[in-house]
Amino acid sequence: MRAKTFPRGIHPPEFKSLSEHLAFETLPAPDKVYIPLHQHFGAPAKSLVNKGDEVLVGQKIGEAPALFSADVHSSVSGKVLAVEPYIHPAGRPVLSVAIQNNGEDRRVDPGDIPADPTALSAEEIRKKVKEAGVVGMGGAAFPTAVKLSPPKDKPIDTVIINGCECEPVLTADHRLMLEFPEDIINGALLVRKATGAARIIIGVENNKKDALDLLRKKAAGTGIEVETVKTKYPQGAEKNLISAILKREVPKGGLPFDVGVVVQNVATAKAVWDAVARNLPLYERPLTVSGPMVTTPKNLIVRIGTPFQAVLDSCGGINGEADTLIMGGPMMGLSQWTADVPVIKGTSGILLWKMDRSPREYACIRCSRCVDHCPMGLVPTQIMKLVKYDHLEKAETWGAQDCVECGSCQYGCPAKIPLVHWIRLGKNKIISIKKKKSA
Amino acid sequence: MSSNSFFLKSSPHFRDGDSVPKIMYTVVIALAPAVAASVYYFRWRAAALYITCLAACLITEALFLKFRKKPMFSLWDGSAVITGLLLAMVLPPSIALDSAAIGGVVAIALGKQVFGGLGYNIFNPALVGRAFLQTAFPVAMTSWMPTAALKADLATFATPLGNLKFQDAVSQGTLSPLKDLFVGNVGGCMGETSALALLIGAAFLLYKRAIDWRIPAGITGTLIVFTGIFWLGAPDRYASPAFHLLAGGLLIGAFFMATDMVSSPVTPKATWIYAAGIGLVIGLIRLFGGFPEGVMYAILFMNTFVPLLNRFTRPRILGERRAP
Repeated sequence: MRAKTFPRGIHPPEFKSLSEHLAFETLPAPDKVYIPLHQHFGAPAKSLVNKGDEVLVGQKIGEAPALFSADVHSSVSGKVLAVEPYIHPAGRPVLSVAIQNNGEDRRVDPGDIPADPTALSAEEIRKKVKEAGVVGMGGAAFPTAVKLSPPKDKPIDTVIINGCECEPVLTADHRLMLEFPEDIINGALLVRKATGAARIIIGVENNKKDALDLLRKKAAGTGIEVETVKTKYPQGAEKNLISAILKREVPKGGLPFDVGVVVQNVATAKAVWDAVARNLPLYERPLTVSGPMVTTPKNLIVRIGTPFQAVLDSCGGINGEADTLIMGGPMMGLSQWTADVPVIKGTSGILLWKMDRSPREYACIRCSRCVDHCPMGLVPTQIMKLVKYDHLEKAETWGAQDCVECGSCQYGCPAKIPLVHWIRLGKNKIISIKKKKSA
Repeated sequence: MSSNSFFLKSSPHFRDGDSVPKIMYTVVIALAPAVAASVYYFRWRAAALYITCLAACLITEALFLKFRKKPMFSLWDGSAVITGLLLAMVLPPSIALDSAAIGGVVAIALGKQVFGGLGYNIFNPALVGRAFLQTAFPVAMTSWMPTAALKADLATFATPLGNLKFQDAVSQGTLSPLKDLFVGNVGGCMGETSALALLIGAAFLLYKRAIDWRIPAGITGTLIVFTGIFWLGAPDRYASPAFHLLAGGLLIGAFFMATDMVSSPVTPKATWIYAAGIGLVIGLIRLFGGFPEGVMYAILFMNTFVPLLNRFTRPRILGERRAP
C-alpha cells in the first residue's frame, strides 16, 4: 500500500542514524533541579511550596489556576531551595521551584492503583490526566486534559496517535514505539474512551519500518489501525497529518476538534497510560541528545528540571567547537544561549551543532520554492514582503496567521531570507494591533 | 554553571545547500551547449559578441553597485553573466560590436538596476536590451548572416521565420527542413539556432529543478495547439507546429528567458496563465503580426502582468473555504 501524505513539504537530511538504534537510558536525577511553574500552553501554575519545604518525587508543587494550564510535580525528593524566577528554554525567566535533591528518591504515596484502568469512566480518565499534569509532549505542551474534553457540539470520531517524528535528528518517539508499544496502545485506548471516539489510527513515517511492524503486531485484535505515512517534513504537523490520513481539512483558524479528530503524540499516549494506570505524574520524559557536536548521542529518560548541562555531561560533555544549542528538533526547535536551562515537559531533544549561522543573504529572486514547499498553501515570500513594509492587513489576508512556523519555506530559500522570522514578526504585530482594537 | 554560551537564532536551524549564485551558474552551465553551437556556426563573430555583451553587462552592474553603495559580491551572483550571455544569444551575428555593447548597458541599467537590482526588475533584462536595440538599430537587428557551413547569397539571406512571413515559404515549398532547424544550420540570432543544443541545456535545467517546468510546458503547449489548429485547417498556407517549435527564438525563450525567476510569477496558477499567454501572443504575432518573430515581445508583454497575476491567484490555504 502506498504511504499516505500531504501536498508539498520538504526532505531535510535526517541524522537519525546517530541515535535511532540506541535504547533508552535513565539519567540519574541531578543534585539540583529547577522546575518552571510555566512549561505548558496556557496560564502558569501557582506554587504550592515555599523555600525550606521538604518535597517527594511526584509531589504536586504547582497547581493549575485555570482550565488552560497544567499541574507541576517535583521530580526529586529533597528541600525547596527557592521559588523565584529562573532562566527558561522559551527565553524569558519564569517563576521556578529550585529543589536540592537528597538522593533518597522517596516517592509520594501513589494512592490506589486501578485494577482495570480501561474500566474507568471518561470523567475519571480526564481527572487523572489533569492531576498528573500531562501535556502534549511533541513540543507544543498543550494541556492534554483539555484535548480530552471536546466541546459537546463537536463529536470526536477519530483519535490519531502521532508517531511521525518528522523532525530530523530526533529519535525518542521512535524508541518509545519500539520499547513501550503496549503503553502507547493502552494510552491510545484511554484517549479513545475519554473522547468518545470510535477509531484509533497510529500514524508512523515509513522510515521507521521496525516500529510500524511492531505496533501492527501489538495492536492486532485491538481495533487500532496502524497507518504508514510518507517520510516527509512536516508530516507530523497536526493539520497535515489529519489531511494525509483522513483527507479532512481543519478549517482555517480552527482546531482538530472541528473535524472530529483528536491528535496525541506517542509520548503523550504513554504519559496518559502512566498517569491513569500507574498513578505516575509527568515528572520525567524521554528525549534525544544528539548532533555532530555530541560525543555520545543518546536517548534518555530525564527528570523534568534537570539542567541541559547535566544531560550533556552524561553524553560526553560539550564540544568546544559547538556554537548552537537547540531544544527540540532542528526545524522548529528553540536555540538556547546557555546550557543551564532546565529540561521541561516540552523538551523532545537537546541538540549540539556547529552551524553556518549567517549565510550571505540575497534579495528574493521569486524562485517560488517557498510556495512549492509550504504545507499550508501559503506564499511565504509575499507575506515576508508585506510584513517588511508594514502592510499587516494584507499580510493577514495572505494567511500570515495560518503559518505553523514549520520552516519548510526558509529551509529551501536560495536567497537565505529569514522568512519564518519575518512571518513570526508579522503575526505578533497583527495580534498586538487586534488587542489594542479590542481594548 | 555552564562555561559555554551559544548563539541565539530563530528556527529553522537547517537550510538546504542551494543559493542564488548556484541557481544562476546552473543556468550558465545549461547555456553552454548553445553558446558552443553558436561559436561553431558563426566562429569569431560569436566569440566577439559574447565577450562584448558580458563585459558591457558586468561593467554596468559594477558601476551601479558602486554608486548605489551595494555590496560588490552581488556582481558575481551570476545574474549579470546570464544577462550578458542571453543578450548576445538573441542578437543577429552580424550586428556591430558597439551596438551590442549599448544593448548590454541598457539591459543592466534600464532592465534591472533602475528597478532596484536583482530581484526587483519587472522585465527580463536581456530582452529589455534587445528591445532597445530593435528600436534603435532596426536594420542591423534584422540583417542575417548564414552559418559558416551554409553557402548562401548574403543579400537575400533570411531566417526561416522571415521566409515564412515574407516569402510565402509554405506554398513555395522553400520552408527550412526540420532537420536543419534542429541542429541549427540556419540563419537567425546567434544562440537560438540550434534546437538540439538548447534542449540539452533545458534538460539539465529541468533535472536540476532550476526552472519551473510549467513555463516551457505552458508556452509550447499553447503554441502547438494554436498553430496546430491553423495548420490542420490549411496545411498549404500555415507551417506545422513542429516548425514553429524549432524555428526562431521559441526554445531559448521558453526555457531560458520566460523562466527567469525574477520576472515570472510565484503562484502555480499565475505561472500557467503567464506561460499560456506567452504561447498565445507568440502564435498571434507569428501568424498575423507584422514581425516574423514574436517571442521577445510576448515575454515582455506577459512580464507586465506578473505582479497582477500573482495578486489575483493566491493559492487556497489549507482549510480555507472560498466563497463560490
